[in-house]
Formats: sequence, structure tokens, C-alpha cells
Amino acid sequence: MYEIACPHCGPRAQTEFTYERTVDAVVDPAADAHTAMQALFTRANPMGLDEEIWRHTYGCRAWMVLTRHRVTHVIEAVKAIGPEALA
Amino acid sequence: MSGPARAPSGDETIPFTFDGTAYRARPGDTLAAALLANGVGLVARSFKYHRPRGIMSAGIEEPNALVTVGTGGRTEPNTRATDVFVYPGLVAKSQNRWPSLSFDVAAIFGLAAPALGAGFYYKTFFGPAKHWMRYEGFIRRAAGLGDAPTEADPDNFSQVAGFCDVLVVGSGPAGLKAALEAAEAGNRVFLVEQDAVPGGSLLRDPDSGLDPAAMIQRIEALGGKVLLRTTASGYWDHNFLTLTQRLVEPGAVPTNGFAQRLWHVRAGRVVLATGLIERPVPFAGNDLPGVMLSQAVRSYIRRWGVVPGQRVVIATNNDDAYLTAAAIIEAGAQVVALLDARASGPAAPAGVTVYHDARPAGATGRKHGLRKVTAVIGGSEQSFDADLLAMSGGFVPVSHLHMQAGGKLVWDEAAQAFIPGETPQVCETIGSAISPPPAPAVAPAGKAKKSFVDFQNDVSLADIDLAWQEGYRSVEHLKRYTTLGMATDQGKTSNMVALARLAEKQGVTVPQAGLTTFRPPFTPVTMGLLAGAGARNAGAHVRRIPLHALHEAHDPIWQPLGYWFRPRAYPVNGENLAQAALREAQTVRTVAGLSDVSTLGKFEVSGPDAAKLLELVCATTVGKLATGRGRYTFMLREDGFVFDDGTVWRLAEDRYLLTSSTGGADRMAGHLSYVRQVLRPDLKCSVVNVQEHYAGIALAGPRARSILAALTGAEPPRHMGYAPGTLAGTPVHVLAASYSGERAFEIHVEASHAEQVWQAIEDATRAEGGAPYGLEAMELLRIEKGHVVVGGEVDGRSTPHDLGLGGMLGKAGGFVGAAGLTRPALSAAGRNNFVGLVSLDGPIPEGGMLITRAGTSPQGHVTAAARRILEGGAIALALLQDGHKRHGEELTVSSPTRGEKARVRVTSPHFYDPAGERYRD
Repeated sequence: MYEIACPHCGPRAQTEFTYERTVDAVVDPAADAHTAMQALFTRANPMGLDEEIWRHTYGCRAWMVLTRHRVTHVIEAVKAIGPEALA
Repeated sequence: MSGPARAPSGDETIPFTFDGTAYRARPGDTLAAALLANGVGLVARSFKYHRPRGIMSAGIEEPNALVTVGTGGRTEPNTRATDVFVYPGLVAKSQNRWPSLSFDVAAIFGLAAPALGAGFYYKTFFGPAKHWMRYEGFIRRAAGLGDAPTEADPDNFSQVAGFCDVLVVGSGPAGLKAALEAAEAGNRVFLVEQDAVPGGSLLRDPDSGLDPAAMIQRIEALGGKVLLRTTASGYWDHNFLTLTQRLVEPGAVPTNGFAQRLWHVRAGRVVLATGLIERPVPFAGNDLPGVMLSQAVRSYIRRWGVVPGQRVVIATNNDDAYLTAAAIIEAGAQVVALLDARASGPAAPAGVTVYHDARPAGATGRKHGLRKVTAVIGGSEQSFDADLLAMSGGFVPVSHLHMQAGGKLVWDEAAQAFIPGETPQVCETIGSAISPPPAPAVAPAGKAKKSFVDFQNDVSLADIDLAWQEGYRSVEHLKRYTTLGMATDQGKTSNMVALARLAEKQGVTVPQAGLTTFRPPFTPVTMGLLAGAGARNAGAHVRRIPLHALHEAHDPIWQPLGYWFRPRAYPVNGENLAQAALREAQTVRTVAGLSDVSTLGKFEVSGPDAAKLLELVCATTVGKLATGRGRYTFMLREDGFVFDDGTVWRLAEDRYLLTSSTGGADRMAGHLSYVRQVLRPDLKCSVVNVQEHYAGIALAGPRARSILAALTGAEPPRHMGYAPGTLAGTPVHVLAASYSGERAFEIHVEASHAEQVWQAIEDATRAEGGAPYGLEAMELLRIEKGHVVVGGEVDGRSTPHDLGLGGMLGKAGGFVGAAGLTRPALSAAGRNNFVGLVSLDGPIPEGGMLITRAGTSPQGHVTAAARRILEGGAIALALLQDGHKRHGEELTVSSPTRGEKARVRVTSPHFYDPAGERYRD
């Protein structure tokens, strides 16, 4: 079970979080069908670092982007996203 | 005298039984030690050939001595006799034998062993499945381990979280020193030991400089936590480990109700001082009672005072077994011969004859011990009269946790062993596990057929050779073909012996032959421990809707819905469910009824950009909605399929209420948050989940308007209108929405004030001849009205067009799923469309297939079936290929599983008031 450093709450157990999707699978609502489907179904899936969207669902409920190594599971960075992060 | 024994000391105070015979044990005895002390050498029958088996080890690696411990719901099968400490009244039984351990009918398999080699089942059960069906029952009875208990476990299992700076696994000399050092440096320390007493190898080979009890005391005084009878069973990501703690022994009655505890520990640093497991030596008959690991013999003598044999042959390839020779002499038994496979060795204790270049070739036995040992010494054979053979084929570092942590292994040529190398986690292995003693490779001397490698799975050298001969080259294939290294011991004693044989066959080095992966758990974990408190219906807490107590007074039939329970019907005068539901639905159609709809998903969206957010989430137009108005809406996934529906209301200029389905409420909450926070963090709006903040009461029927007008003292809003109001002195939201097809309202009220509002509405409704109605009546009403339901007609594969909702789609697009919806397949011919069915004969079976005539492929299925509420006749909703164009066609509904059929005519799904005239006052 991972330990994820929530930017708002500090290090917490993975069970408090939910995984959403990789950053490259985020679909721009204005995208055409081909682009949208490419994003949804043909992701890069690198054997190395990838950027993933997670949510501290059973904690502060904030969203964040994890830079996570898909082989070693090392989390190199956690970045807050959402309206507060824009401010 | 021969066989295992222990001279009585008067300390034999603990009564226990094995296969119904009463024995006595000393405090601190394992079951294995106690059985040996009582002269019991034969304790089990092997998995496949039912060969007699004894006790081979003194630890958790035991492959042979599996017993069933405890009775009733506390029964624990496949418990290692070496891993259970005797308590008063312990009941142990041997396994895999019939009618008794000493006379086992199935031992005939042993005689048939040549025919039952590796891959036996694969080769035998070729052909049609019916052959397999014939053999299956027989095989299941013949091959196997213990029987699972049939009663529920009466005990509780707890789960706790733990945090520490340093977690040390193993309390042998290395572990004790590391834990004490870490505690003295000011760290929070956990020291975990699977044994009941600390010390590890010190219990067998005491060191005057190290006193385990004193060191434990010192660690605890410094604030360290010492967990005995606790196994680090899993090493997961980010230094997270699961520890399984025995609070009482298997089968024992716990004093405080808890049998075991599962620890979830996050450690800053992990120190693995897990030690070594001794390798058996392959020779013919090496599985008989009376063949033991050398260190185990020493443990039984030094720790428990048990002498496992009186005339002992020792077979070794290393110096450690010479210590066993010394222990045997100390105990007053005789070392008949010390067979050292090497050309030279250390000095042996006085009275011990050492043979060099000597290997065991075979052993024959009697019931509880050996009779004779044959050895190849130099080039010639020699026999010894002996009742015990202590073997040592070298040592295997316990690297399971290291590997679970993602660590690499390094080959140590001198020790012929893999030792822990690099690891990606903050973890190191110390002690003997990284410095196993030298032990050269030795070619087996005996016949391969009965030279066992994996004792638990009855895999011999011959089986490995056969697998090789039949083309299995990879260690992974070897494992699957022969079942080597499987079952409860996961190859703790067998893997390296087998690997050495495979490497020899391949003509490669052992590391080139490869190694299978170790996965959690390290030793078997009982199901109850993993279930924890969840075992007793406490996996999720019970959520009650605000009006739960009020409904309970009516003694309704309850139905689980989402996290909650809602009344399914309120039967009166002995009605059954169908009768009550029909009466309630008829009341709604003719007078009025009220129902609890509190569990609907509810979200308040507010702010200057609230409409923009809703237009992104909802596939229908929202922006043009006037204040005080609402409309039906539905939401799409990004791939264009409908995933939820509900209503959206404009409560004020920049404030909206969105409702969604009960079952999908969590998903909708997540989706709204994703859209707002990830897709459009720039919008100026907020989304608040008010699902449980408000209770919801539906009031429906021809008299609903007048009842509500009298209660609120105000003219209720027209259909799809919203108005705030006051009812029973309480502020409420009145939403004029209808699910039933009648003029209807949803009254939303703060949960804490819901009871008085419900009571006032119920009293007024009953005064008019109305009544409360439940989910079953609601289903009858919505089917007749032709409303879709999420999870029914909205099944994750339906588009708005399929459901007849295409006309409501926002023309401008821009909502989530708009792009996905344009894919050609989503508007191609042959899609399942939402239709109604009217029966031409009897009731329509729900879930039935729609076929044109017998023998044809189904063209759709029935999603919901009901009867008309006021008139007779059966109706249903269905999804049918190109259904929109097939109104009027006659089809058959067939449900082979129910054995029911009906002839139906395809119609519009809107059976009741299709023009919506009943919504108007």
C-alpha cells in the first residue's frame, strides 16, 4: 500500500485515496471524437514515470497529480490541482 | 529402545489429544516436540501417495507434519505441528488418511507411485469432459490436505495500524542486536518474532554473551514494542508490512474474545534478520518418519529436552551438522556415523565416526522411526543400523520479505544459495541470511524415484527428471507441471534442491536456471484474520434515512437501496408484497400517496458560473432554464453512453439543485468533482453534496395538489416548477416533479425536521383516503408511465437516442460525452432501442429474451415487467434491436431459466397518459 503525500494533509495511506486516470487520458470537452477516443483508449503507459490524477476522497477530497514510477512504485512528486491551486 | 523419547521430569502437566489418544506435554512444547516426547513419530500421510510422514523440522518450514487443530468453528486445518504450542485440552488430528493414520487404505497409491508421476492428471484425463466427471470425486477424496471447518468461527479478529521508525523482523542474535541498537539511538522500534519466545537460533545454540530475555527487557524499557507469536507475512509498497499476531494458539478459546490481530505497519526502515532454513538431502526414503533436518534435531534436544532418535546417522555437506553430533552425544544418544560429503571437515566430537566422501543413498523405516540407513562411501555401499537420520544439505537464506519488497538476489557460490542483494525500499537484511555457511554442491547418491524434493506435494527427483525429459525447461513450467513449491509451505525446504537438479539437467549454473517469485503471505493466514471485523456484517456501517424510525412504526417490507434501506411496501391486513404494492399504486392513481425519496442524489451548484458547469455535466440544455423552473436531464460518460439521470432546478439566479439516481449518487459526486476541479478549475462556482442534508418526500396523485395547498397555505407550483414554502412550521423546497405519471411533488426538508413534515403530509393524505407507498408501487407506476431507470434500461450501453431521449440533447453540444456520441457505431442500425411490450396472453417474464420464433437468436431483452394498475393485462419495458421502428410487431418473450414464455406486441413504452395531461391542473 502506497504512502501518498497529500499536499494538504501530509503523508497518508493509499486507502484514503482513489485513482482517477493518467493525465494523458484527460479529455478536453471541446475535443473531436477521434482525439477524445485516442486519449481515453490509447494511453502511453510508459514503463517508467507517469503522471496520474488521484483524489484524497476519504480525506480532504482534493485532487492531485502524482508522478509515479510504474515499476518501482516510487512517487517522485505530488502536485495539487484544482481551483485553489490556480489561485 | 528406539525412536523419539524424552525422560519424564514431572513437568508433563498439559493434557492434549492426538487422533483421540491422550498425551501430556510440558509448558513451552510445540505439538511436534510433545508428540516426539511421547514417542510419536508417525503424524501424517503424504498428499498424493499417502506415504507415512513424520516431523522433519522444528519451525514454520515444516512440510510433512500438517495436522488439524481445534474443534467446531475453531477448527484450523493444515496447521504445522511445529508451529502450534500445546495448551491444556488441545485437540489435534492427523489428515489425509482413512480409516486411520497407521492403517491407511489409500497408501496403495504409494505402490502405484510409478504410474502417478508428474503430469499424471494431465496425461490421464485426456478426452471428453464426462471422463473427468467420473474421476473427479475420487481424486478430490484421495488427494488433499485437511478439511475446512463447516461451522462459523466464533472468535473475533482485530486489525490495527502501527507506525515505527525501525521494524526488525526476527529475534535471533542479529535481530536482537539491531533492535536494541535502534532503540538506544532513540528510534521507535517494533521487534517481530513468529516464535513464542525470543532468541531464534540462540534457543538451539546459546551464546553466553547474549541473553534474549534481558535484551527484550531493555528494548521494551526504551519504548520498543516486542511482538511475539507474530509473523511479518507481507511486505508491500512504501515500507508497508502486514503482521499477523496469534493472541491464542490455533483452536484455543481466546480469553478476551480475540483470536488473532492483523497489524498494518508503516515503517521508516525495515531490518530483516530472518535467518536460514536448512536444505534437506535427497536420497531414497528421505521422507520417512525418523529423517529430520540436522538443526531441528539439535533444537529438539537443546530446547525441549527431546531426543528424536537413539542411534543417529548424520548426513551433511557443511560444518554446522558437527554441532548436532555434539548435541546428540550430550543427550546420551549415539552417533552411529557422520557422513560428510566433503573430502575433509572439522574435528568431530569424541566417539563420533566420520566418513568423508560419504553420502546417504537410502533409508528404510518402521512406524515411528528408521530401521536402516544405506550410504555410499567412496565408491562402496555401507549400511548402518539407525533409527534417526539428521540431514543437512546446506542453508537457504529466508529472503521472502526481501523479494516481496522488490529486492534482488545474489548467488553465493560457496554456500550454493541466493542471498538478498539490492532493494528499492528502505530495507536491509542482516545476520545469517546474508552470510550462510559454505556448503558445496553434492550429487545425490540414491534412487531418484523415492528421493523426495517437495515433501508436501510428493515431488521426487524422478519427477523433476521426467518433467525435463518431457520438455519443461523453465523453472516456472517445472513448478506448474510437477506442483513443486506449491501448497502451504510454498517450497520453503524444496525450492533450492529442485533448482539444483534442474540446473544439473540443463547443464547450467543454478542462477542461470532461474527462480520463482515469492509472494505474500510468508506463512498461511486464516480467512477470519483478513476479514477482521467485517466478518460479522460490520464491513460497512448501516446508514439510516432520516425517516427510518417513522417507517418502522408501519412495519414495512424493507429493501436495501444504495447504502440505505427503504420501505418496499406497507402491507396491511395480511397482504403479501404484490397485493400491497398494487393497492398502493392504485391509491396513487385514484387519490394520492406519499413516499420517501430521501436517498436521491442531491447537489447544490451555485455561483456565477453554475450554469456553465451544469451545461458541461448535463447533456440537456440548462442555461435557458428560468428561475423557479426545472427539467428532466441525463448525463453521459465521455464515450457517449448515458450513465445517470435526474432533474435540474433553478432555485435562484445563480443557484441550482441537481438530483440524480440513488445508486449512482457517489459516482455522480465524483464526476461533478472531476469536472469542476480537474476539467474546469477556472469556473466560479461551488458544488455541495446535499444528498443527506435533505430528506425528500414524494406526494403524488390526483389530490396531491389540493393536499399540499392546504398544508402550505399557498398554491403549489405548476408541473416542473419550484417554490420555497412552509409546511408544519418548517421551511421546505417544493419541486413539482412526477415519477409516477400523476400530478406530483417532491418536498425537500432539512433531515432533522423531516419527521414532522412527513407526519403532517401522511395525516392529510390519509384523511383524503390516500396512503404511503413503497418502492414496489413506485416501480409499477414508473413502468406504466415508461420512465427509464439507471441500472435497468440505462445499462451502460444505451445512448440517449436508444432511450428515446435524443430530442432532449443540447443542440450546441459542448457537454461531456458529446464527442463520443458522434461515433458512427452509436447511431448505426441494429442498436437496442427502448420499447414497451403488451402481453397477448399471460404475465411477461422479467429478464426474458425477445425472439421472433423458437430457435432464433434473441433480438433484445425485457428490463422490467409489471401489470397495469387500474385495468388488467401485463406490460413490460424492453430493449429491442431497432425497436423504435418495430411498434406493432408481435414477438415471443422466452425465459428458459424460468421456463416461462409470453406472446407480446411491441408498443411505445408510454402506456399511461402519453400526452402528460394528468400533470395539468
